[in-house]
Amino acid sequence: MMSARKIIETIDIRKIYGMGEVSVAALDGVSIDIEEGEFVAIMGPSGSGKSTLMHILGCLSRPTSGQYLLDGEDVSRLNKVELAAIRNRKLGFIFQSYNLLTRTTALRNVTLPMVYDRTKEFTPEESDEKASRILEHVGLGERAHHQPHELSGGQQQRVAIARALVNDPVLLIADEPTGNLDSQSGEEIMTLLHRLHQEGATIVMVTHDSEISAHTQRTIHLLDGRVETVVKNGKKKPGKEKVEK
Amino acid sequence: MKPIEAIRIAWEAIAKNKIRSFLTMLGIIIGVAAVIIMVGISAGTEAAIQEQITSLGSNLVFVQSSFTRGRPGQGPQSGGLVFDDSTAIQDEVEGVTAVVVEQYSSETVRVGDVTLEEVEILGTTTGFPSVRDIDIAEGRYFYDLEIERKQKVAVLGSSLAKELFNNESPIGKYITVGSTKLTVIGVLKEKGMVGNTDYDSRVYLPISVVFQKFTPSFFARIMGDSVRMIYVELDEDANLDSVITQIELLLAKRHGVSLEEADFTVTTQQDIIETQESTTAAFRSLLAWVAGVSLIVGGIGIMNIMLVSVTERTREIGIRQAVGATPNDIRIQFLTEALLLSIVGGLIGIVLGVGGAYIFSAFSGMRTVIMVHSILLAFGSAAIVGAFFGYYPANQAAQLDPIDALRYE
Ligand SMILES: Nc1ncnc2c1ncn2[C@@H]1O[C@H](COP(=O)(O)OP(=O)(O)OP(=O)(O)O)[C@@H](O)[C@H]1O
Ligand SMILES: [Mg+2]
Repeated sequence: MMSARKIIETIDIRKIYGMGEVSVAALDGVSIDIEEGEFVAIMGPSGSGKSTLMHILGCLSRPTSGQYLLDGEDVSRLNKVELAAIRNRKLGFIFQSYNLLTRTTALRNVTLPMVYDRTKEFTPEESDEKASRILEHVGLGERAHHQPHELSGGQQQRVAIARALVNDPVLLIADEPTGNLDSQSGEEIMTLLHRLHQEGATIVMVTHDSEISAHTQRTIHLLDGRVETVVKNGKKKPGKEKVEK
Repeated sequence: MKPIEAIRIAWEAIAKNKIRSFLTMLGIIIGVAAVIIMVGISAGTEAAIQEQITSLGSNLVFVQSSFTRGRPGQGPQSGGLVFDDSTAIQDEVEGVTAVVVEQYSSETVRVGDVTLEEVEILGTTTGFPSVRDIDIAEGRYFYDLEIERKQKVAVLGSSLAKELFNNESPIGKYITVGSTKLTVIGVLKEKGMVGNTDYDSRVYLPISVVFQKFTPSFFARIMGDSVRMIYVELDEDANLDSVITQIELLLAKRHGVSLEEADFTVTTQQDIIETQESTTAAFRSLLAWVAGVSLIVGGIGIMNIMLVSVTERTREIGIRQAVGATPNDIRIQFLTEALLLSIVGGLIGIVLGVGGAYIFSAFSGMRTVIMVHSILLAFGSAAIVGAFFGYYPANQAAQLDPIDALRYE
């Protein structure tokens, strides 16, 4: 067994919304580990806390209690500014509704995270060059100068994926990335995510589709804010075998 | 986020909503343009007045009648300034080169079938054009001998001459002032308004004729003919204070009053300039208030639109936060946008203000002076207003929660 680096380790995470009698425990003690290079699906009925968990994993919100170690660093008590820096450098978030800037070209959407990167200095040429390279990589090289309203849903989601990749994150977080897409485009997006996984990306993805989750390595089932079961799926770790297209 | 990036983002946001951005800037544009035009006009008039006053020479002292401050029941012990006072000043005060007197009346003036009511009649002596710095356009001013002999001659102000004679030369023609017929011997060059005196619409007569025909008084035989004003022109190197003291003592003695009860005032050119300055300073501070209020109104407009903009762009804020924008990045972005709106508004305001001042000058004939400091002041205040009123909306934006912002529809 090769001992892989843990990208995610959560210890008894709780997220309580509201206060007193009306409070809701959206997450009620979630402990999960995700290793480097893993492709993990998260499933569960509506309201089971999937999005809440993704927001915490994505450092968009903090757990009410419990610990979250991201890439070995405890991020559960960081302040807003520190969380912003973590989101910028370590995480790539892919939303169900793409969340692209309107009236802004694909290229500008992809360069957006670089604008907020304090650790590196990019010249405009460098960042444009990098963004076009990644757009090329997700198969949108020719659409770099199109605005979101000129692109199909699947193409918009590719732009969003390119944006998530641009700062070389340690983790890709996707909350129902195919939820707004027809099955054809959904499949294309899944193919792209699998390819990124082959290339070494660590991915956590919420899905409602058991067909899709079956092609990941593990599925974590949530129920009422707790981990119900963890199921190993057929997908092999990348690099060991050729993966069927 | 680099400043240049913040400016680029802000500029794009402004350019996306051109009409709204322009309307937002309008308050600032008007405020800045108003400051520049108003300060320009006030500085222009001030400069014009200053020039006219100083062109009269600084070695001039004005003696004017003032109300007797004597005790009640004392009666008109003195009748104020009289003509003989001027001769006394001429003869007894050292350092005096010329003395000119003025007395006013108001009469109907007739020439042929043109009749003008209530024309100002000014009785003066020969030195008048020189102390008031007025040139003769045509003909001449009257001589001492004509004053002595009470000759019925008249000199006309330029606009009055035009009204009475159109474009004909009035020299040698007759005018009837009240019931007295006078020969026109000269016309003055245009002088315009100095303070609130219009030099161009008056008739100038020998003072003796005015005394005889237009201001005869019962007291004149006892105390002499009263005059409104005596101009005293001094030697270049005369000591101003000493001359003033001499005049004051002389007149007090002649009028039989103490200096505290003096029925006359002695002022200098400097005093007049100072009064002028204090009134323009008051005018300027009024302008500053008006400008300040309009800039604040402009600032409130910016704040209003920025609040709308923050609400409209909540989702954009969420997206930026999701990819790593810190609260401060968001704050800077919206603050830059507010600043840019006010700065661009300020620049447009400067262009309109400078252009407006030129147009105003061209149409009104009034002088305007574009003051660099008023441009800087207006522009600086616009920027400060933008920063001040932009801060609250920017802060609102910065404090949004990323998830709430992303969910916002
Ligand atoms: N901001 C909030 N305030 C209060 N309760 C919340 C908030 N966000 C989520 N919840 C509650 O937390 C629970 C989990 O919500 P969550 O969005 O994580 O569910 P989900 O598994 O993503 O559901 P779905 O499949 O419908 O997207 C729900 O009961 C929801 O009502
Ligand atoms: Mg959800």
